Amino acid sequence: MENTEKIVDILKDVTGLDNIGEDADQDLFATGILDSMATVEVLVTLQDEFGIEVPVSEFDRSQWSTINKISDRVKELE
Amino acid sequence: MHNITPYSSPHYFIYLLALLLPIIIGLLYGKRFRIYDFFATVVILAITFFGGDARQGISLIFYILFEMIVVFAYKHYRKNHNNFWVFSSAVVLAIVPLVFVKLDPILKNATISLFAFMGISYLTFKAVEIIMELRDGTIKEIKPTEFVRFLLFFPTISSGPIDRFRRFQKDVLKVPSREKYLELLHTGTNRLMLGLVYKFILGYFFGTLLLPKVSILALSYGDQAPLGISWALVAYMYTYSMYLFFDFAGYSLFAVAISNFMGVETPMNFKQPFKSVNIKDFWNRWHITLSFWFRDFIYMRLIFMMMKKKLIKSRITMANIGYVALFLIMGFWHGVTWYYIVYGIFHACAMITNDAWLRYKKKHRQQIPSNKFTKALAIFITFNVVCFSFLIFSGFLNTLWFS
Repeated sequence: MENTEKIVDILKDVTGLDNIGEDADQDLFATGILDSMATVEVLVTLQDEFGIEVPVSEFDRSQWSTINKISDRVKELE
Repeated sequence: MHNITPYSSPHYFIYLLALLLPIIIGLLYGKRFRIYDFFATVVILAITFFGGDARQGISLIFYILFEMIVVFAYKHYRKNHNNFWVFSSAVVLAIVPLVFVKLDPILKNATISLFAFMGISYLTFKAVEIIMELRDGTIKEIKPTEFVRFLLFFPTISSGPIDRFRRFQKDVLKVPSREKYLELLHTGTNRLMLGLVYKFILGYFFGTLLLPKVSILALSYGDQAPLGISWALVAYMYTYSMYLFFDFAGYSLFAVAISNFMGVETPMNFKQPFKSVNIKDFWNRWHITLSFWFRDFIYMRLIFMMMKKKLIKSRITMANIGYVALFLIMGFWHGVTWYYIVYGIFHACAMITNDAWLRYKKKHRQQIPSNKFTKALAIFITFNVVCFSFLIFSGFLNTLWFS
């Protein structure tokens, strides 16, 4: 749960949108919330915050597309 | 006999469909015949590369052997080490043959042109992807036979779409259920038919019937106005753009359709690009597998590096550097001529302008209207910007101005 809150905060910081997190299953790529630049920013921040290594090619868009999925992947990599 | 360019003539389709028949029957009964697949690949490649002049075929064989040495030497190294410079050297080595081929028109060296064969760039994209993913650890195991099967997958060998290794493996290692396969046959057939209309009717109309006439007209007005600008030139721009789209989208539909018949869901290359509302949207809809390759393996990696090493503070500067790098490389990849490189720079500028506009729009959301009319205007502007870039790309300005 704590992870998810942290992730939502990161997404809010990167995108500047306050309503992120209302729907944890919303597709962040299809809705255009995350573009390539924002994606890399989220990746780098995740690495710093959680101390995990996420190489760019690991970032399969289908596996990282929602807040819930990101949270699951972070848990796996931690 | 002579070499047959894939999907260019009725002969090719006849050979292709005859060879596919056992594969289709096999898949309908839940089987993949590995040996037959290999046999069909050899036959198709022989028709394409050894039909008359065998030089292309010989280049292809040497190219594959060379890439195999680079990839598997790097894979062996990567088991216990992970040095950035070794990785970079492997990438450089993998693209050396392609760089030679691209430099050939400038160097005009007879030995260098021996490297060339149709589709070399598309195979290079695949080889580089594998090296990059070996470094990232997302590809851990790959057998030489799997590597060759991925590179030489014949439906996409000459001009893509560019598939990714892990995605491709998922499809070839399993046999689709009968229900799923029937669906693939159905969509594949539709794509094949649409491809025929695109390439052989619309592409033929714009490219073979209309374009030469418009071209003569535009050239005849060439010395009547500064820079040879005339209505005929404008007509050339639109005609060429239509030709480029229908010809390439038609080809891509064939490649995806034939992949589908073989139970492989090769990604689509076009998604109604002329409906794009801005240039960023356009690159998500035009030659998608190429632009996504550049996005994932050049742009995002470059941004990642700049951000991690904290080389540059401003996100905007970082994104802009990324665009310039991406589109310059794309320009050079198309060929080392002024108009391909200008095409690249033009698109980088368009992306930078578009980002600036989007930032401005975000800040002034209240003042700027957004309705059906503004959307139509956005599509109209994007369409014309894109067509103008294709005029640069066509090389026609080179003919008009310099010869």
